[in-house]
Amino acid sequence: MCATVAVDPLAGFLPHSQLPALLHALHETGYRCIGPQARDGAIVFDELQDTADLPWGLIDVQEPGRYRLTEATSRRAFAWANGPQAIKPWVFQAHEPQWTAQRNAQGHIRFEAVHVAPQATAILGVRACDLAALQIQDCHFAGSRERDAAYLARRDHLLLIGIHCARSADTCFCVSTGDGPAIDRGADLILGEIDEGLIVSACSTAARRIFRLLPLERVRPEQWAMLRQEVTNNAGSQRRALPSQDLRNLLYAKLDSPHWSTIAERCLSCGNCTAVCPTCFCHQETDTSTLNGEWVTHAREWDSCFSDQHAHLAGLEIRSEVHLRYRQWLLHKLGTWHEQYGRSGCVGCGRCITWCPVGIDLTEEISAFSSEETST
Amino acid sequence: MSRSVPREVQVIERIAETATVFTLRVRFTDSRICRAYAFHPGQFNMLYLHGAGEIPISIVSDPEDEFALDHTIRAVGRVSQALAQVQPGDRLGLRGPFGRGWPLTQAIGNDVVILTGGLGCAPAVSAIHFIANRRAQYGHLNIIQGVRHADDMIWQARYKAWAQLPDTEVLLAADEAGTHWSGYLGHVTDLIENARFDPKNTIAMICGPELMMHNGVIELLKSGVPDDAIYLSIERNMHCAKGHCGHCQLGPHFVCRDGPVFNYADIRPWFAKAGI
Amino acid sequence: MAKITLPSRSRVAVHKFSSCDGCQLAFLNAGNDLLTLAERVQFVHFAEAGISAPIDTNVDIAFVEGSISTAEDETRIAVIRAHSRYLVAIGACATSGGVQALRNLGRGHDWLAEVYPNPDQIDSLDAACPVSDYVRVDLELWGCPVSERQLFAAIAALLGHVAPKEHNDALCMACKARGSVCVLVTRDEPCMGPLTRTGCGALCPDFGRACYGCFGPSRNANHLSWGARMREFGVTPESIVRRFHMINSGAQDCLDAGDTWRGFCHNPKIDGPSKS
Repeated sequence: MCATVAVDPLAGFLPHSQLPALLHALHETGYRCIGPQARDGAIVFDELQDTADLPWGLIDVQEPGRYRLTEATSRRAFAWANGPQAIKPWVFQAHEPQWTAQRNAQGHIRFEAVHVAPQATAILGVRACDLAALQIQDCHFAGSRERDAAYLARRDHLLLIGIHCARSADTCFCVSTGDGPAIDRGADLILGEIDEGLIVSACSTAARRIFRLLPLERVRPEQWAMLRQEVTNNAGSQRRALPSQDLRNLLYAKLDSPHWSTIAERCLSCGNCTAVCPTCFCHQETDTSTLNGEWVTHAREWDSCFSDQHAHLAGLEIRSEVHLRYRQWLLHKLGTWHEQYGRSGCVGCGRCITWCPVGIDLTEEISAFSSEETST
Repeated sequence: MSRSVPREVQVIERIAETATVFTLRVRFTDSRICRAYAFHPGQFNMLYLHGAGEIPISIVSDPEDEFALDHTIRAVGRVSQALAQVQPGDRLGLRGPFGRGWPLTQAIGNDVVILTGGLGCAPAVSAIHFIANRRAQYGHLNIIQGVRHADDMIWQARYKAWAQLPDTEVLLAADEAGTHWSGYLGHVTDLIENARFDPKNTIAMICGPELMMHNGVIELLKSGVPDDAIYLSIERNMHCAKGHCGHCQLGPHFVCRDGPVFNYADIRPWFAKAGI
Repeated sequence: MAKITLPSRSRVAVHKFSSCDGCQLAFLNAGNDLLTLAERVQFVHFAEAGISAPIDTNVDIAFVEGSISTAEDETRIAVIRAHSRYLVAIGACATSGGVQALRNLGRGHDWLAEVYPNPDQIDSLDAACPVSDYVRVDLELWGCPVSERQLFAAIAALLGHVAPKEHNDALCMACKARGSVCVLVTRDEPCMGPLTRTGCGALCPDFGRACYGCFGPSRNANHLSWGARMREFGVTPESIVRRFHMINSGAQDCLDAGDTWRGFCHNPKIDGPSKS
């Protein structure tokens, strides 16, 4: 992902008034469409039946521990930056049955894998940071010899409709992580929104089928210029940042810093940061038994390094204290992730900052550790 | 093939080792799976008890025993306590084998130190079987096992038998013991200085509580064994055994997939650090 | 709970103490599961369902709803404990004393005269207390009321001879898994989700309402930091105290948190702990 929009000579222009044609084209080609909507005071992704349900004219105002939707000056569908969830819940589901076990009266057990049969799903309005996060999750769940069948099945049925960010929330810092605000890969269709409508580029075979069904106009050079200017300005507007270098050495040198305990005085150990993080992959496996004991469903469910049982061993609690849990989260996300997946686990979406009930800001905490280093 | 979904096994035998430690000898009910299954000493299986869940258990049996797989378990957790009630004939589920085992190929031609503490002896047993069956290929074999109390020393007959192997030393320690204890009274790691090995041509394999392993590493390094000749079997919480669920992370390593046996040089920055 | 051993058709009793009967309803509301349960166990006492037996009848599992509030309660719970293999406390009253434990914080006996025309007919103990203050409890299921899912998961585990899983985490994880939007972050609601034990299925936040902590304190609940955030929202220290001293005021964590915040109430200079 990058900071500027590349001009695509094959792109077309879709006026806002023609947006229903995109939804129609998706339905025609067999996709259900998941899209952004305003619900309960936030932008959430849900099944989109009508483009009138898009968050027209709404923007999000975010700060540590606070999120508000408010009216924007222009009437765009994608002026908001992000909501509490990225694509994660659509591929790495919060609850996913893995297999069932049936025990008969003789005590014999029959195991059967649960195969998911996902519907072809288009997700409209995916941000650059979310695409970067999806690539990381792809590496984790589908990149090694051990592949997660349910993740793969859901992933294979996705059509991703990305949108360049012309506006950042106060909590965004994707420029510093190199993951936005413009999209250069990972999406099937890429949209860029200006006041009159959307510049549409097709980047995959599946996307070109949709593209051909749209009543597109030629993109005028001033429209490209407008989009590029807005996205570039946006990139320059971000005030938060993570240092671009690998933070492994810094964090490793700080394992015994008293600052972890200072953070733990505020940390609620509630796991919200990990639940909204688009790259966090921890899950627990649970068994649910029918009352007669015959059937058991073995499922994976989201878990968190802040949870009570995460590092539990019978007779040995590895991270019983909250400062060790917060340390694990930051050390993994910004440090050891590099060794696991060749990059940091942070894509700069800022969700962990906004959705932390007490507003702990990891960019500030990293600064605190860095200044601790220079002062000693 | 049996890595994502368990396969049914039947309990052939349940051996009570101590009041809380027991061994389950299990066999796949499908003979094709039984034939196809092979493991490397030091690897583990996920054992599933219907209605209770899965837990990782290292494989104790001789890798050449095609008939059955032994799992020695301490009844301490929710699932292991329920597993303790299993009887011969009962059916369980098994996924595996998982992880990387002991460096038995690298160890060929070297002296071997197998240093274990408590039930840490279990994951090392199949390595001992393996070496015993190929005794001539390895140098001097030192089997050093320690327990907190002498009453916890399981498999005394096995240790006696291993002591009869050619060029083999068996050294046993207990932190506390009654009057009948003939072994060493004190920390197991003290026995390293009694072991016979050429430090430059030795592979050490350690398994036990982290503090004991940590002390073992220090003693071995002191005696001149290079850090990359020391291997440790690490225990962590595990749910998926496939490197996905995230519970077993030790720094950047997924213990279920990259371990449980690690070269000490690879995990040195993360090993025996509180909270890692 | 450690090892669970139960006969093939367990004898079960459901007892009521000082409570509203709402937790027992989790059995009666269970529909088909209740029918299945009735096939697997024998209900020997369940007054609300019209089954009754002397309290000294031996049972395998006794479910106890309600707090111990009277001398009669105190005697009866001791008899029930003595005749039950496992005792499961269900609901806020049985696990923390419930709403009626609020009288422990005030002038309970003085209030009697204000409420009842003939207060001398009221015979209650000085305090309303959780069952575990009087007898050993094998398992506690929190909630006001307990949820059917939680109750039947525990029963399924017990009947499968497995200790039920403990759920000590904060409610937030379940709320996010449901895809509910956080009312604390979007509306400055004084949601106690980050401090409250999971198990209800995030019912209140799903309806846009702040959690008021009816499932009791989660492990590692950080009431100081949460309260400091509430002060930023303009919630008064008095109101913070009331949130802790409500449904589960008898739970030590809630009691302590409320007491701590009460210390900030009448000192105009102290506004609660400052945020770093």
